[in-house]
Amino acid sequence: MAKNTSSNVFRTLDVDQYNEDNYKEDNDSTDPAALGPNDTLITSLLAANKPVEALTHLLSGATLGIKDQAARTASLTLAMRVLMAIKASQIDDAVAQLDNENRDVLMKFIYRGFEVPNEGSSAHLLVWHEKVFTVSGVGSIVRVLTDKKRV
Amino acid sequence: MTTIHKFGATPISCHAWSGNRSELALSHNSKDVTLYNAKGQGWEKTAVLDQHDLRVTGIDWAPTTNRIVTCSSDRNAYVWVKGPDGQWKYTLVLLRINRAATCVRWSPEENKFAVGSGAKIISVCYYEKDNDWWVAKHIKKPLKSTITSIDWHPNNILLAAGSSDFKVRVYSGFIKEIEPKPSATPWGARMPMGNLMTEFSNSPNGGGWVHAVSFSPDGSKLAWAGHDSSISVADAANDMLVMKLKTNLLPMCSLTWIRPNTIAAAGHNCVPYTFIVESDAVKLGSAMEEDKKKESSGKTSAMDLFKNKDKLGQNELETKLNFTHQKQIAEIRIVGGQKGDVDTFSTCSLDGKIVVWNLKTLAGQMKGLKI
Repeated sequence: MAKNTSSNVFRTLDVDQYNEDNYKEDNDSTDPAALGPNDTLITSLLAANKPVEALTHLLSGATLGIKDQAARTASLTLAMRVLMAIKASQIDDAVAQLDNENRDVLMKFIYRGFEVPNEGSSAHLLVWHEKVFTVSGVGSIVRVLTDKKRV
Repeated sequence: MTTIHKFGATPISCHAWSGNRSELALSHNSKDVTLYNAKGQGWEKTAVLDQHDLRVTGIDWAPTTNRIVTCSSDRNAYVWVKGPDGQWKYTLVLLRINRAATCVRWSPEENKFAVGSGAKIISVCYYEKDNDWWVAKHIKKPLKSTITSIDWHPNNILLAAGSSDFKVRVYSGFIKEIEPKPSATPWGARMPMGNLMTEFSNSPNGGGWVHAVSFSPDGSKLAWAGHDSSISVADAANDMLVMKLKTNLLPMCSLTWIRPNTIAAAGHNCVPYTFIVESDAVKLGSAMEEDKKKESSGKTSAMDLFKNKDKLGQNELETKLNFTHQKQIAEIRIVGGQKGDVDTFSTCSLDGKIVVWNLKTLAGQMKGLKI
């Protein structure tokens, strides 16, 4: 019998890290200071009943590729509040005001919103999805899937 | 107008035309390359090149020297020369890679060819007369992932490579044994073999694999198509400015320059599109084909309507795409004219068809066509 039969610790070793062929990504980490959109500004805009402006601020300020999970969840919760606050009739105008970059970021938020459904959120998000899709087409959905830096 | 050539129902993964455009080499996603000769309206099979053990991934036919180079997943490349008896004789090229070869292109002067591979290596191969043998030189740094596509610069020295690490790189493929030193270009002055001239990232967000790269006809611009549904053009003359267009379409798999400032690209949308390159931006031109909506016969009775709704859950059975190609387009090749002044080009697709697009007649037929 082999000498070491009692310990299974060797099974916890990740051998893949020693593989020379592994693709190592460029580690350009996002500057943590430039974190996320301005929370207070957006909440104040929401309170002042200006959800469309809040949306613009949210999308322009959103940083992609943040590694910190808590920050990402906070950013998602904020985004969901803004998206829910905008009524279905206002969505068309809101989407028309955005430029292409921001529409791509919006589509990313919509898909992240689908991942964590609350009551009634998915139905509203579906309306958002349809409106953004009419303007940006399949290209924006492909970019949600291919962009490595998630929102 | 478009001419459709059908070669069965199996996907055509790559194809290449002979210099006089009367012969066609194609591969049906298998280890064989079939050669066809144009005969009247159809095609006559003249030869089957079956030296490879695994799937053929790239074919290129040199127009002047009439040599075919094929590369395959079996880590080899073969150069085929037509003997005086009409038989194709093969020569194995040792690429010295330990992964599959993915794409191959002859250089403009046809004295060397470059092979991209999954081994993170580009092999530039040239013919050594003394030993009657093709020698491969490697470009390794700083490639970090599979090379997906390759294109040569018109000066026969520079080489662009698109890769699955989301970057496009321009290298020097200068072989001092067979050619004189090149003069300076907008891409750089010093060009020792394997030197990285510039590197472009597809997108700051990562942005998807690069599917196709192509130098402009004068070599000053470089266009590439990424999997994030974008077309980008880098202008070396303009301080390496990168112009990127994020399209609303599905990603493109192949592209080429049909006019000095127009690109034709095709891919998962099953129809070629044109893109106009302006001094600071790339704009979508138009699709090369109109959506041929089949008009419903009008005689569909109410009963049929409800029968379909019940059986299929929708009003009509629409499984055919309204375009000539029914599956995504794998490759675009120039047939008539040169890069930058193209009269006709061909597209091969996964539906087994090769369609030749004639730009002049298309421009006459389609009012909205922007070239």
